[in-house]
Amino acid sequence: MKLGLVIDLDTCVGCQACAVACKQWNTSGTTGALPDYQPYGAEPSGLWFNRVRHYEVGDFPANRTVNFPLSCMHCEDAACVDVCPTGASYKRAEDGIVLIDQDKCMGCNYCSWACPYGARELDRHSGTMKKCTLCVDRIYDTALPAAERQPACVLTCPSHARHFGDFDDPQSKVSQLVRERQGEGLMEDLGYAPVNRYLPPRKSVQVPSAARGEGGSLLDKLKGWLGRQNRAAAGESAKQSASESADVSASGSGETEA
Amino acid sequence: MNPAFSVLVFTVAAGAGYGLLSWLALLLLLPTLSQGAAPLGSGELLTGGLLGLVLVTLGLLSSTLHLGNPKNAWRSFMRFRSSWLSREAVCAVLFYPLALLWLAAALGWLPLGEGAVAALSLLTLLLAQLIVFTTGMIYACLKTIRHWHTPLTPVNYLMIGLCTGLLLLLAVRGLVGDAGIGRLGEIAPMLLAAGAIAKWLYFRHARLPGKSLNDATGLGDGARSASTAGRVRLLDQGHTAGTFLTDEFDYRVTLARIAGLRLLVAALLFAVPILLLSSAGTGDGGGTLLLAALAGLAGALVERWLFFAEARHVVNLYHGRPA
Repeated sequence: MKLGLVIDLDTCVGCQACAVACKQWNTSGTTGALPDYQPYGAEPSGLWFNRVRHYEVGDFPANRTVNFPLSCMHCEDAACVDVCPTGASYKRAEDGIVLIDQDKCMGCNYCSWACPYGARELDRHSGTMKKCTLCVDRIYDTALPAAERQPACVLTCPSHARHFGDFDDPQSKVSQLVRERQGEGLMEDLGYAPVNRYLPPRKSVQVPSAARGEGGSLLDKLKGWLGRQNRAAAGESAKQSASESADVSASGSGETEA
Repeated sequence: MNPAFSVLVFTVAAGAGYGLLSWLALLLLLPTLSQGAAPLGSGELLTGGLLGLVLVTLGLLSSTLHLGNPKNAWRSFMRFRSSWLSREAVCAVLFYPLALLWLAAALGWLPLGEGAVAALSLLTLLLAQLIVFTTGMIYACLKTIRHWHTPLTPVNYLMIGLCTGLLLLLAVRGLVGDAGIGRLGEIAPMLLAAGAIAKWLYFRHARLPGKSLNDATGLGDGARSASTAGRVRLLDQGHTAGTFLTDEFDYRVTLARIAGLRLLVAALLFAVPILLLSSAGTGDGGGTLLLAALAGLAGALVERWLFFAEARHVVNLYHGRPA
């Protein structure tokens, strides 16, 4: 078996529900707890197995927001497992899940350096590394109804942007989705063979606006004229802000590296 | 990368210690290296050998300080078949009995023949260099950090270990043995110059462009799916304060500071020792040679800080930062 996730970048709304459900389930799971540091302080931080970031692709008006959940890819050729000096990190032969034996980890951080996806985080309290377990303590639990034997993030996703299954089975839902939607792994050129697949956003369709200035009542013509003024003003301000942000990033990169 | 002070101390002290022990072993193997000066005396060998072992031990102890869970440090010998960190740990532990046996034999405390001493010297030299190589490979094997992922990384670790080791050997010879550094005084400037060139090549390599957020997300221009076009930029990283990932990988240092510290490395680690050696060759020696060694070690510490602070992990891209 090759268990993993499919994440649909087209339908993800970036609500963070998967991250919260993950934290809720796993903090009392096999590699819990997932501590928070200064949760009510000025700089709240903590341990998460799954983080959702938000990106913008392209420039106005052809821009779009893409919400981007990132967790362990359960790589087939996992560098984090290879570099681990203690043998605490391991990849299960039976289903490909990458796990960390909390009793063996010495907290050297080396595995987190080897992971390109930021999937591993050190627990400051236990001094050990922790990561996504693919909810290994849910998916095989026969005490749960069969439909609930899935990772917490997948179960909770309100927009069905997350799917769990066996990539070795060509008939599984995840395999079909990847075939139909050309799912891809992230940074595959690094050679770690990540298992999780991301379904790219669907090509956005430009909806043609009604032909302008042709016929219609006087009111329609007035509305059309106002709309054009509005769009022109928005385009102008977008250009301005784009050039401003370009200036900021240029001076920023001039001042700081790293 | 966030430079952990314990790791800086470890790599610099252990590198210099293994370098010093390597030079002592090499002097026993090739006595002609002492030409122009007195041959290596037992006082120098004992002092140098103990200093080398103390530096190595201090370094190894320091390296355990950055562990989150040091009670499991003994497990780091388990995965030597795949992990360079484990290989380093195994080699470092194997080194102790070998080095002690070699020192005792070379000092004449053990009834061993010349051939056996030479064989032990060679083994000590090779294993010491192998350990420094494994230290370099710990970093060089990481494809996620392009600055480190080059053969120049182990080359630099070996060169700087040999440079600081030789400076320490000359200081020991100047302070413990009688005056005169002989042929080693001619080799040292050449070695330091070679080390400077290797470091310059590394800095040049670090200028190569890295991946973009487009590459990391598979979105926008250059994406295989071609469903989105343009540049990808961060809107929101999803957290208001730092995380383990930003603390560990997004270490911020200005370009101006990097440039200044590179100059400082060039001065302390390479230029100052070369100048001091040229003046020590003519006169008394001891104090000048000690100063050269201390300058070299300080330079190596700055070099190691830069090695971490300059390196940028690919995960930074997901936080809208350069990698």
